[in-house]
Parts: sequence; C-alpha cells; structure tokens
Amino acid sequence: MTPDASALESGAGLTRNGEPGDVLVDVKGLKMYFPITEGIVFNKLVGLVKAVDGVDFRIRRGETLGLVGESGCGKTTTGRCILQLERPTEGEIFFEGVDLTKLDQVALREYRQKIQVIFQDPYSSLNPRMKIGEMIDEPMYVHGIEPDAQKRKQRVSELLSVCGLNPKMADRYPHEMSGGQRQRVGIARALSLEPEFIICDEPVSALDVSIQAQIINLLEDLREEYNLTYLFIAHDLSVVRHLCHRVAVMYLGRIVELADCDELYDNPMHPYTRALLSAVPVPDPEIEQNRDISFVAGEVPSPINPPPGCVFHPRCPIAVESCSQEVPALRELKPGHWVACTEV
Amino acid sequence: MASPSDLAVSEMDFDALPERSWVDKIKDTARKKPLGAVSACAVLVMLLVAALANAITFYDPVQNAFDSMHVAPGAAHWFGTDQFGRDIFTRIVFGARTALFVGFSASILGSTAGLILGVGSAYFGGRFDLIFQRFMDIFISFPLIIMALSVVSIFGTGTQNVILAITIPLIPRCARVVRSSALAIREIPYVDAARALGFAHVRIIFRHMIPNVMAPYLIMLTSFLGQAILLEASLSYLGLGVQEPTPAWGLMLQGGAEEYAESAPWIPVFPGLAITAAVFAFNLFGDAVRDTLDPRLRSE
Repeated sequence: MTPDASALESGAGLTRNGEPGDVLVDVKGLKMYFPITEGIVFNKLVGLVKAVDGVDFRIRRGETLGLVGESGCGKTTTGRCILQLERPTEGEIFFEGVDLTKLDQVALREYRQKIQVIFQDPYSSLNPRMKIGEMIDEPMYVHGIEPDAQKRKQRVSELLSVCGLNPKMADRYPHEMSGGQRQRVGIARALSLEPEFIICDEPVSALDVSIQAQIINLLEDLREEYNLTYLFIAHDLSVVRHLCHRVAVMYLGRIVELADCDELYDNPMHPYTRALLSAVPVPDPEIEQNRDISFVAGEVPSPINPPPGCVFHPRCPIAVESCSQEVPALRELKPGHWVACTEV
Repeated sequence: MASPSDLAVSEMDFDALPERSWVDKIKDTARKKPLGAVSACAVLVMLLVAALANAITFYDPVQNAFDSMHVAPGAAHWFGTDQFGRDIFTRIVFGARTALFVGFSASILGSTAGLILGVGSAYFGGRFDLIFQRFMDIFISFPLIIMALSVVSIFGTGTQNVILAITIPLIPRCARVVRSSALAIREIPYVDAARALGFAHVRIIFRHMIPNVMAPYLIMLTSFLGQAILLEASLSYLGLGVQEPTPAWGLMLQGGAEEYAESAPWIPVFPGLAITAAVFAFNLFGDAVRDTLDPRLRSE
C-alpha cells in the first residue's frame, strides 16, 4: 500500500519552472478514523468513519499540489490533519522534517505560524464581531511578529492592498463585505503570519465564476511573490489544472492517482480519474453531444463500511475478480505518474 | 501583481450608507415593542428612585417613631406607617435599593460566571464537557429557592450572602443555555481559523467565542433580574435574607402580612405591590430583550 518514499519523490518534485525544491510537507500513511459511539455516560464504539484511510504524498517547496475528488472523499479531512485541527488516528506528517503529530499544543504554535489555511466558506470563516483590521492584526500581535501597534497597522494596510482590498476596509465588519472581498480578507489573514505553506480548502467553490478567476489569479500572484507552497483542495477540475503543478485524485479516503498536472489531464489512467475527467462538460454543443462519456454506475459506498480490496471495484468498469481481495498499491507507471490500479 | 486600483472591489463608495443615530434606533424599537418600551421606562424609573432615594423621601427609613404607629395612608404618610412608625413610602424607596442591588449583582455575577463556564465547557468538549455538565445537572435539579436556602444555611444571612445564595443557582441555568449556543459557534470555521492561527485557548474563548454568544447571555441576564428580585424578597420574607432594620420589600411583607392584614392592610399591601411591579417590569423587559436579540423570533 505505502509506496516507497524515495521513489514517490522522483520526477515529481519539480516546480513548473524546473527548479527542484526541498521536500516541505511529507505525509506518510495518514489515517483519520472518526468513532461513532452510542450511549451517554459509557460510550460504546459502534463503528468508524474512515475519512482518510492511508494517504501518502509529498509537497516540495514552491510547488502546488492539487487534491481533487468528490464530496466526502476525505480531501478536507486530509487538510485538517495537516493543520493539526484533527489529530490523525495513524500516520506521520512531516513539515520541514518535524513530525507534527508528535508535537503538543504549545510546541505546535511555532509551526502554526508557518502553515496557514484559507477556508471554503468566506461567510463563516471570519468572526462577525471583529473588524477586518483587528482580524489581520491579531495573529501578528499574538505571535509577536511586530510588537509595535503602529507598524502593525501599517502592515495591515499593506496586506489589504496586496490582496486587492482598499486599506480603508480595515474598519469594516465582515457583514459589510461581499463574498469575494471576504475571501480576500481570509487570504490577507493567512498571509499576516508570513507562512510558507498554505492549505487552500476549496477557496473558490463558494464564489461565483467571475470572482473565482480573480481569487485564483491572486493566489497565483501571491505564490510567486512570497514563494508559497500550496495544497489546493478542490472539486473543480479546470481550476486545479490552471493552478497546480501536480494533482492527486482521492476516492473514499485513498489516493487513486497522482501525476503531473498535464500528464493527468491528457493521459488519465485510473478508471475513476477517467470518469471524473469525462464528467467535465465541453463548452461546445457538437462535441458535447458526440463525445464518449464514461459514466460510473452506482453511488459512493459509505466510508463506515468501505468495500474490501480496491475501494472502487464495485463501480469500476474494468474490475476483475482479484480487485475485491487485494488493495492495490500506488505503482509508478510512467516517471512521476502513480496509479493505484492493477488493471492498467 | 494587480494594483488595488485595478480591481472593481476597491472602487466602492465608503460613505454611501448613512449611519442611523441611536436615538432613531431607540424610537424604532419602541414603536415595534410598546410593552418593552414601557417596561424599560419602569426599570429606568426604579433605578432613578433607588439612586435618588435620599432626595425624594422625607423620613428616616430605619428610625423608629413610636408616636406615629399604624398611621393610615394620607397627606403626611402617602403609604401610611408600619408597626414601628416608620414611613412605608420611604422604606419602599430605600427597599428598591436593596432589591436592585441584590438583583443586579446576583444576575450579573451568575450569568457572567455561567457564560464563561458554558463557553469553556463547549470549547473543550469531550470528557470534560460531559462531566462538567453532569455537575450542572445536579445543581439545576434543585429548585431555585431550595438551592438558595441551602446556600444561606451554609453561609448565613446578610446582604452579601443573599447575593451569593441567589448567584449560585443561577450559574448552571445560564451555563446550560450559553453552552448550547457555544457548541454551534465552535463548529464554525472562524474558530478553526483561530486555532490554526495558533491562538491560546483563553484568547479563543474570550475574543472569538464569547462575543458571539452575547445574545443568549443578555437574554439570560435580563430574565434573571426579575427572578433574583423575587428570590431576594422570598428569602427576606422567610427571615433568611436581608436582616432588620435594613429596608427590604420581603422583610416589610413579613412584618406586616399575618398580623396587620385586617387592621392595617397598607403595611403588607404596598411592599407586595412593589415586588409585583418590579418583577413584572423586569420580566417584560427581559422578554423584550429576548425578542430583539434572538434572530429566530425577529420579524425582520
């Protein structure tokens, strides 16, 4: 199941302009099971939701890794585990060589400064009782980045400008802003700690399309300006193609395919990835009418009781007998192109 | 990098929305909630009366005057005098001080302690929350008056102990309500954001959660005011509250109820009316606050 770590790295860690960066984030065998309990006083364990069930990937400095998959496949939980908002059931998360899962809350604070998050919903990710300026100021104050209040204020204005907002907005409350503006505030807040790594948890899926483009461009600009590394969680495949260097496809808590962005889109190998990509509509009625769409039959199984063997086998068009018995490991079929399927 | 002026979002006019003055807001609220406005005025009058007690009365509230016992209400003594010759109007006005002092102290202390404990319990969750809430269950299972009586019997009588006796049973009642709101707040991403930003627990609780549960807190606080005043009167009536000669409505009732109900009815009737009016006004006020702050009941 767990691919050889050194092999996973090869050919995969090049940034788009070809410079290899060192490994910043290294996730090994990550599992997050949520217990389902019954009873009020004595909790009886009646089941486990296997939200993330053995995920491995590496992200190099300056790289953007896309994490795609349908709702409930464990993308967000993976992100929350890296942020240590959830303590994973099993597995290791190395950030700059330090295993975050072993750190206590106090030791973690230093790393929280380096790992930031942009949330999906810009309406609920900002505290409605705080002004925008206070929200961006507070992290800098708490972490002692800038002890002088006047300079912090200056910095808040700069950050707002960088994120395409009028510095006067520092005196506003979130409810006085639009969704796109709020998302920019969320980005400014994340940047206030000068992080190295930002987890973007579907940062544009709650916004309308014209605003999506603005936010994506902003994220791209910021990546270049501050040499940021992103884990970009999304279900919109076109957004991911535009922004990411590499893409990992998740299905029911596992990564089924991992490859360079263009390679994955031009040459998908896993049957699930193929179905996912063919579900993207083509904006040309003639092609759309005649093209071959490979539908996937059935529903996503419950993560409480995932199917044995390959989790995709009950819905897979090319499944064979052995798929229901054996969990397929990620195999490198081309340099940097990893697929968890025995039949391709 | 796009400069801010390239973007439509920064072109907004910041002075487009005129701010409504607070006088307008009050007028607006009073029109929508006439009962609330009346009760707020009554509360205000009570506060003024208590504050200006010395200026609006002509007699000593404590000094006995045996030459004018059991005087019926009239021009000299508006509400009459009691069995020790003390002016009942004066004692009711000074009694308002006791009632309001005990009522406000107990409900502010009780609901604030409940606020912090409730939010803390919701924030930490898990086993801590479970055990803590069972403790709260024990406290809630006693009726207010029984709990207050037991506290008084432990610590003794007197104004401070009466406040303590009323505060303690109010804490779990507020904590429970606030906790349920805080549980919902805890799941909202801005709390996750605060955790991801590396803030300490205390900061998250006080800066990010408590300001967002102010509505249930204020609702509980105002609804406790009436209860606390009634409880203080009850304790004093039972002789376990404020002690003579301090003017307190419950005490005045106790001194007058059985003995003078027929011969000098003004002795128990006026303090009784004062208690009724105060509790009624505070309850209406609490209801109005709840209607204004609870978005589920808001008509807009």
